[in-house]
Amino acid sequence: MAVMNVNPTRMELTNLKRKLVTARRGHKLLKDKRDELMRQFLELVKENKRLRERVEGAVSEANKHFSMAAASMSEESLAVSLMMPSQRMSIEVTEKNIMSVKTPVFVPEYKLADKGEVYSYGLAFTSGDLDEGVRTLSDIMPDMLRLAEVEKTCQLLSSEIEKTRRRVNALEYVMIPDYEDTIKYITMKLDENERSNTTRLMKIKDMMLQQSHNF
Amino acid sequence: MYKIAVLGDRESICGFACLGLETISVCGEDDAKEQFRRLVKEDYAVIYITEYCAEMLKGEISETENQITPSVILIPGVKGNTGKGMENIGKAVEKAVGSLILD
Repeated sequence: MAVMNVNPTRMELTNLKRKLVTARRGHKLLKDKRDELMRQFLELVKENKRLRERVEGAVSEANKHFSMAAASMSEESLAVSLMMPSQRMSIEVTEKNIMSVKTPVFVPEYKLADKGEVYSYGLAFTSGDLDEGVRTLSDIMPDMLRLAEVEKTCQLLSSEIEKTRRRVNALEYVMIPDYEDTIKYITMKLDENERSNTTRLMKIKDMMLQQSHNF
Repeated sequence: MYKIAVLGDRESICGFACLGLETISVCGEDDAKEQFRRLVKEDYAVIYITEYCAEMLKGEISETENQITPSVILIPGVKGNTGKGMENIGKAVEKAVGSLILD
């Protein structure tokens, strides 16, 4: 029982009652927000995990190919083959609103229309492993972008969920019980005053009757 | 119009150059930190970073966590997969749910 430090007056009571109503409504809204955020988050986390498994697998495989290429080619010719990329990639970022959490959406843009146009070297002096590696990477690129989007969204959502959960708990376990207890305390106090007032009046009436009429 | 960067040791990231991503090879912790700070300041929306390199930049990466961009994504380097990326997903889940519910 935690009673707040307030004067037990009628005005304070109406104020508190109004605050309690607001707190209850806020609690309900925040709880709904938390549940919806959680639902979206869990869906995204599953996708995040799936994408990450796929991307990590593909990147590791590409790395193997590159290591093989590096072993079979001279360092200079490898550096030269990769020096002048023909493709150029950039992204457009738009914002999406998930329960008032702003999350990014990435749309890739390519300089060359043909997305497969990634081999920036002649095929005569390079190893096949290099081609394999580049192809693996270019195949996984859409997934990698999606992963960037999803992982960022997950991070943003998780901190928002944490915040919302704290608020819900603070309202549910601290603020609302406090208000309820204080309201109860003030009501009791006012009733008690009322009763003592009544008894006092009765007593005075008796005394006055005694004085004037010798009852 | 935002750019994409790949940060890490040279062997791990050279392939990404072909795709038209900007590759930035780093050597040493100070260099990595300096490059990463520059990328965050400029308009890079996605920064792929090798797990090994990310190890040196823990503080800097966690600073970007609550911004919309850049999105910092860990990828395995030539030294192999350390499972750091998956661990981060687990951390996000733990933060949101309160316990690790993924299998």
